[in-house]
Amino acid sequence: MPTKEEIYKKVSDTLADSLNVEPDEITPASTLQEDLGAESIDFLDIVFRLERGFGIKIPRDELFPESVFQGDPQFVQEGKVTPAGIDELRKKLPYADVDGFAADPQFKNLGDLFTVDMITKYIESKLAAGQ
Amino acid sequence: MRWIWIDRFIDFQPRQSAQAVKNTSLAEDHFAQHFPGYPVMPASLMLEGLAQTGGILVGHAFDFQEKVVLAKIPKARFERDVIAGETLLYSVRILDLRPEGATIHGTITSAGDPVAEAEIMFIHLDKSLAGKLFGESNFVFSGELKKILGLSQLAPAPADGSTLPNDSVKHTQA
Repeated sequence: MPTKEEIYKKVSDTLADSLNVEPDEITPASTLQEDLGAESIDFLDIVFRLERGFGIKIPRDELFPESVFQGDPQFVQEGKVTPAGIDELRKKLPYADVDGFAADPQFKNLGDLFTVDMITKYIESKLAAGQ
Repeated sequence: MRWIWIDRFIDFQPRQSAQAVKNTSLAEDHFAQHFPGYPVMPASLMLEGLAQTGGILVGHAFDFQEKVVLAKIPKARFERDVIAGETLLYSVRILDLRPEGATIHGTITSAGDPVAEAEIMFIHLDKSLAGKLFGESNFVFSGELKKILGLSQLAPAPADGSTLPNDSVKHTQA
C-alpha cells in the first residue's frame, strides 16, 4: 500500500497529464474547476486515468456525482445549500471538506468541494479497502 | 468530398486494437489550401483519421448501439509533415473501455517513419438525447464509416446488399 505522499504525488501527476497543467501549479487545496481549469469532460478523463494508474475500479457517480442534489428544493434555497443539503453532501462526498463549505454554503461554489486533497483521500480509502 | 479519412482497415482486434491505412493524394482539396505552394496534410485531418480508426473500434465494442463522439484529445504530438503520395498507417489500441466512453492511444507512421501520436477520448452520449442535441451527422461512425468496416466483414452487411471481398484484413471476432 503506497503512502499518502505517494498517492498524492500520483494523483497530482495524473491531474497534470489530464488537465495539461504544470505539476508545480498543483497543491492539495487546488480546486479542479476554478484553480486547474477542469471542464465537465475532464472529470471522466480523470476517472479513467485514476483507474488505470492505481488499478482500481471507480463506480460511476462515486467520485464525481453528476448531480448531487438532483434539483431537490429542500437542499438548495435562495442560492444557498440548506442544512439538509449539507447532510446530503456529507453522505455523497465523504472525502470533501464539507465543513469548510458549510461556513458559507453558496450553491455556486459547490465545485470548490472537488479538490486534489479530496481525490487523494478517496484513492487512499479505495486502496485501503483493496478495491 | 466525403468525410472519410481512412481508406481501409488492415487489422481489427475487437475491444483491443485496429490498424487502418490512408493513402494521401494531391487530388484531395485540402492540399490546395494547406498551404498554397507548400502542400502538406493538415494535422487536424490526420487526427480525424486516427479518431475514425479508434472510434470504429470503440463503436464495434458496443455493437454500434452507443453514440460515440470525440470528446477530448489530451495529447497529440507531430513529428513531421506529410506530403501527397504517402501512405499513412493509423494504429490504435484501447487504453480504457467503459460504458461511459473510452480512451485510445494511437500512432501514425509512414513507411515505418513516425509521423504523430495522440491520445483520444470518446464518450457515449445518452441515446435518447444524442440525436436531438447533435444530429446524426456528428457521430464518429456515419453509415459510410460502418460500411468500411462492413467490407472487412466485421459489421453487418450494407443495406444495399453490396459486398467486397477483403481477405487481406486480419481480424478476430469477439
